[in-house]
Amino acid sequence: MAKVVARTGNEAMAEAMRQINPDVVAAYPITPATEIVMIFAKYVADGLVDTNYVAVESEHSAMSACVGAAAAGARVMTGTSSQGLALMYEILPIAAALRLPIVLSDVNRALSGPINIHCDHSDTMAARDFGWLQIFSENSQEAYDGLIQAVRIAEDPRVHLPAMVTTDGFIISHCLDKIELLEDSEVKEFIGPERKAPNSLLNLEKPVSIGLLDLQDYYFEHRLPVAEAMRGAKKVILEVADEFAKKFGRKYGLCEAYKLEDAEHVVVALGSTCGTAKVVVDELRSKGVRAGLLKIRVFRPFPGEEIAAALAKAKTVAVLDRSDSWSAQGGQVFTEVRSVMFDLPVKPKIINFIYGLGGREIDQGQIRQVYDCLQKVEKQPLVQYLGVRE
Amino acid sequence: MANLKELASRKELLTGGHRMCPGCGAPIIVRQILLASKDPVVVVAATGCLEVSTTIFPYTAWNVPYLHNAFENAGATLSGVEAAYSAFKKKGKISQHVNFIAFGGDGGTYDIGLQSLSGALERGHDLLYVCYNNEAYMNTGVQRSGATPKGANTTTEPAGKVRQGKVEWRKDLTEIVAAHGIPYVAQSIAGNWADLTKKAEKAFSIRGPKFMNVLQPCRLGWGYKPEDTLNIARLAVESCVWPLYEVENGVYKVNSKPKAKKPAADFLKTQERFRHLFKPGNEQLLIEIQTEVDRRWEALVAKEPAVRTGA
Repeated sequence: MAKVVARTGNEAMAEAMRQINPDVVAAYPITPATEIVMIFAKYVADGLVDTNYVAVESEHSAMSACVGAAAAGARVMTGTSSQGLALMYEILPIAAALRLPIVLSDVNRALSGPINIHCDHSDTMAARDFGWLQIFSENSQEAYDGLIQAVRIAEDPRVHLPAMVTTDGFIISHCLDKIELLEDSEVKEFIGPERKAPNSLLNLEKPVSIGLLDLQDYYFEHRLPVAEAMRGAKKVILEVADEFAKKFGRKYGLCEAYKLEDAEHVVVALGSTCGTAKVVVDELRSKGVRAGLLKIRVFRPFPGEEIAAALAKAKTVAVLDRSDSWSAQGGQVFTEVRSVMFDLPVKPKIINFIYGLGGREIDQGQIRQVYDCLQKVEKQPLVQYLGVRE
Repeated sequence: MANLKELASRKELLTGGHRMCPGCGAPIIVRQILLASKDPVVVVAATGCLEVSTTIFPYTAWNVPYLHNAFENAGATLSGVEAAYSAFKKKGKISQHVNFIAFGGDGGTYDIGLQSLSGALERGHDLLYVCYNNEAYMNTGVQRSGATPKGANTTTEPAGKVRQGKVEWRKDLTEIVAAHGIPYVAQSIAGNWADLTKKAEKAFSIRGPKFMNVLQPCRLGWGYKPEDTLNIARLAVESCVWPLYEVENGVYKVNSKPKAKKPAADFLKTQERFRHLFKPGNEQLLIEIQTEVDRRWEALVAKEPAVRTGA
């Protein structure tokens, strides 16, 4: 019997972590992710988890300790935001190259500067090429479900890569939402009782050396398996999602198509903005506009073929980026989406809106404006900023 | 403690055939510390000479579980390994005692890794951090570090027409670590196996964070013949430039008090990195260095508890 409760995104993620009950959590406080660690620390203090919680002195040390613990065979989790994730950047690709299935909650927050604590996706986007799976959440439920699934996906022998599950800072992390919780036993059964790590540092009978100096004669060959595992992860993500849907009823994919079947004008977005966009799609549909939404849930591995197929029949497409590349052909999502559409026999007209930097409000009016632009797409620039003052 | 014969009969945990320089003191330190452990060990190495020279893929010189993560995070990385071990031990998945050891050079310990080390010590992990201290960034070509002594020639603070090598005094990391109040802190050298292995054995017998700062002459960066490594380290002790001492639960003990203290110049003149100090005009600098060596030595000896004598 599913338990329906009210939880903020941070509470939902902390609850998932309690149920996952990892061997080691190493984390450092940062707004707006702090609460996850605070709630989890209370679970530790109250003996509700078996976790060895390492209260490190920085996010750099958090990720470094996660690498050490995961190399020792532990099931390991952490959480952070923005500058904290940026401080981890050096170690993130090491975790991927060492094939350590660390699971991280990233509560999206704008990178400094100027310093800001509110949501945009610049922190996650800057980490997109580090070999981590990246799963975005539209709401607390998706964050909760995503974190539980991420453990299975990351630890799958076909993947063995670290994964980050994101929520939009404050918008999801601090807003109460109605979510369905699984039973502790259901989570335990779904993720399995322990991580299997036969070649860990703590296999004392068979000593392994991990993290060797890898020069021009081997490095290339050792990097490619990360790319192969990342590509192969798509299948695993879908398998895990299917099993999750069968057991618990909530279905997830790499992307979510919302009223795309016959859509002429399509918005592509990530995260909480998709919830707002769905309301606008419904409203436009009631007025006879064939509007649709493509939500990208998994950004790494990048579901290029799936996106191209989903957008193939559209007339116009607007990609919403909550981060900027500061001079490339639009935001990070736009450049990648536009690239996969290049080989479509009939290409929809595609434009880019960069919005919501530093937590700038995105409302139905702005999304309506995007659909308006799509209906007169010929007059639109390739890339424009949405919701910014002149 | 184990005698030399006994140590020599134990299994080598860092094999030969690695790529360290001839005459390098670092593998001597590592081998002797590993030999001192009766229990299995797990090693984390910071980026540095030891790391790059012992683990060039597809080879490894390590006969023990070994992990390298990055330059500045050996303390945090080993914290994670130890945290996993503790979690497994609590769950009954592992019962054997394991000694967790981090090896970092002075760059990875005094400078870029200081925060990570400090955090690991403060959190009380059961580990031994060993700094193999060759007093500069030797792996990247003899750049100055916080451990480089005043007057030493390095490639980033070279001796020139108007400057005489490093201007600043080195930081006293051993004292910084001791200020953390951890159960065991020691200074040793490559070149006194009895002192080094005794201290390692003691460290392994104590639960909680332990730290050893081991002076490691570097023939390349210091400029001397490979066969002189151990003698130069001993000279550092005999001149009180690098005292052998330990701090056990806050109690200081100076392990070697030279009867006739040699002048610091006897140590300095054995190495190319100090050659310019002996040119005319630098006499005052040599006096300053001797004065500072004396000051630090006296301050250290004063920290020992007063010894009760007679009845």
